[in-house]
Amino acid sequence: MKAFAAALARGRPLVADGATGTMLFDHGLKPGACPESMTLSRPEILQTIAQLYLEAGADILTTNTFGASPARLSTYGLEGDTEVLNQAAVRIVRDVVGDSAFVAGSCGPSGKLLEPYGDAKPDDLYRGFVRQVGSLVAAGVDCVFVETMTDLTEAQLAVQAVKDTAPHIPVAACMTFDPTPKGYYSVMGVSVAAAAAGLAAVGAEAIGSNCGNGSENMIEIARGFRAASDLPLIIQPNAGMPQTENGKLVYAEAPDFMARAARELVALGVTVVGGCCGTTPEHIAAIRAIVDGD
Amino acid sequence: MDLLAELAKGVIDGNDQKVARVTQQVIEQGTSPKSILDDGLIAGMNVVGERFRVHDIFLPDVLMAARAMYAGMDLLKPLLIKEGIPSLGKVVIGSVQGDLHDIGKNLVGIMLKGAGFEVIDLGNDVPPETMVQTAQEQDATVIGMSALLTTTMPVMGEVVDLIDRKGLKGQLKTIVGGAPVTADFARKIGADAHGFDAANAVDQVKKLLNVK
Repeated sequence: MKAFAAALARGRPLVADGATGTMLFDHGLKPGACPESMTLSRPEILQTIAQLYLEAGADILTTNTFGASPARLSTYGLEGDTEVLNQAAVRIVRDVVGDSAFVAGSCGPSGKLLEPYGDAKPDDLYRGFVRQVGSLVAAGVDCVFVETMTDLTEAQLAVQAVKDTAPHIPVAACMTFDPTPKGYYSVMGVSVAAAAAGLAAVGAEAIGSNCGNGSENMIEIARGFRAASDLPLIIQPNAGMPQTENGKLVYAEAPDFMARAARELVALGVTVVGGCCGTTPEHIAAIRAIVDGD
Repeated sequence: MDLLAELAKGVIDGNDQKVARVTQQVIEQGTSPKSILDDGLIAGMNVVGERFRVHDIFLPDVLMAARAMYAGMDLLKPLLIKEGIPSLGKVVIGSVQGDLHDIGKNLVGIMLKGAGFEVIDLGNDVPPETMVQTAQEQDATVIGMSALLTTTMPVMGEVVDLIDRKGLKGQLKTIVGGAPVTADFARKIGADAHGFDAANAVDQVKKLLNVK
């Protein structure tokens, strides 16, 4: 949609929402169960999550479709529900936000390894992304967020699926990196510079990173992207890395800590700032306040 | 370069066709299967493991090296069995019930095989009973458990408890690992060891079984 592309082009910082997955676990999602199935079984929870992030001041709300590619749904025998799950997830968010925020269709990794490392064929993954993206677009997303990718080829296949089937829909493409003594690399060995070049090459409108790191590392990753590319940047840190306390999962970064990091990200020229695992509406509200204050 | 060094290099380069060809060649020349394994395939995987540990190479390179190693192992295995050459030990591995993540677990499996262990990989989402029963049936001495989700980590404790209840404590050792799993957690649930990465997991299993 033009509106989202225009908002990106204006360069004013946009605030994206925080975590969906960790909030679903808080609301009774069982380990090993399919998070996307909650879209149909517990739509009221997803409504509430969207409502909370909207009230927190997010400009962009993400759909509960991270794992709704047929390849990933096949893990649960749900690949036949690809269309239903993607469309229903978009409608839930759209009904909450109307035109007051952008709806981003989340598109995560297939969970399969591409040839020659694994047995997934590029063509099959591409066709799967086409199916998912087709449903997201038919249900009315403003943009697609390709997220948490570690294999550049797979990320490119997902971006390409949007470009081929819905060229009017902007794509933000994010990869996930690990800190190593030699810099930041994805599990599959992709550097930040290689990601920036590779994602730009297939026409992503915004590029960056989500998940895998807390705020401090993400600032360094953002610097890497800035040095490698002039495209609008999108950065969505975790609220720190998860720690366990008394068997319960705890994310260490408080809202004001993440908000200060968000200020640095914006100063680096990052256009879209949001949160990944462990972030809550409180984190997003704090980021909103900082972004508005600057 | 002698052929065993050539074989090791084939593993390091992830060249499965070369490894199969050279393995066949050294078998035909009468090199002992044990030497082909130790000085060729395992020697190569040791280099791969070390390079991975220092981030010289990444997961894709390890997966290609593993594929090459298996190409040689497939030819060698019947000979090792025929000559009655024992593996370093039998290890059952799996991602615990509720956990569908298997990259880390697969890496540990590769490194264990690369070090000379026999590995029975039960995949992911493995119930405690299946892990323990398989270990009993297959005469394995170690169970390796992996979890990426903090929500599935408690299942590791259930496996340790089950071993205890069955009176197998001491004979059947446990090692745990995965991104959120700490040495402290391993101690708390009574696991025998914790591997902080795939290479360390191999060292820990060796320690558990008193192999060099």
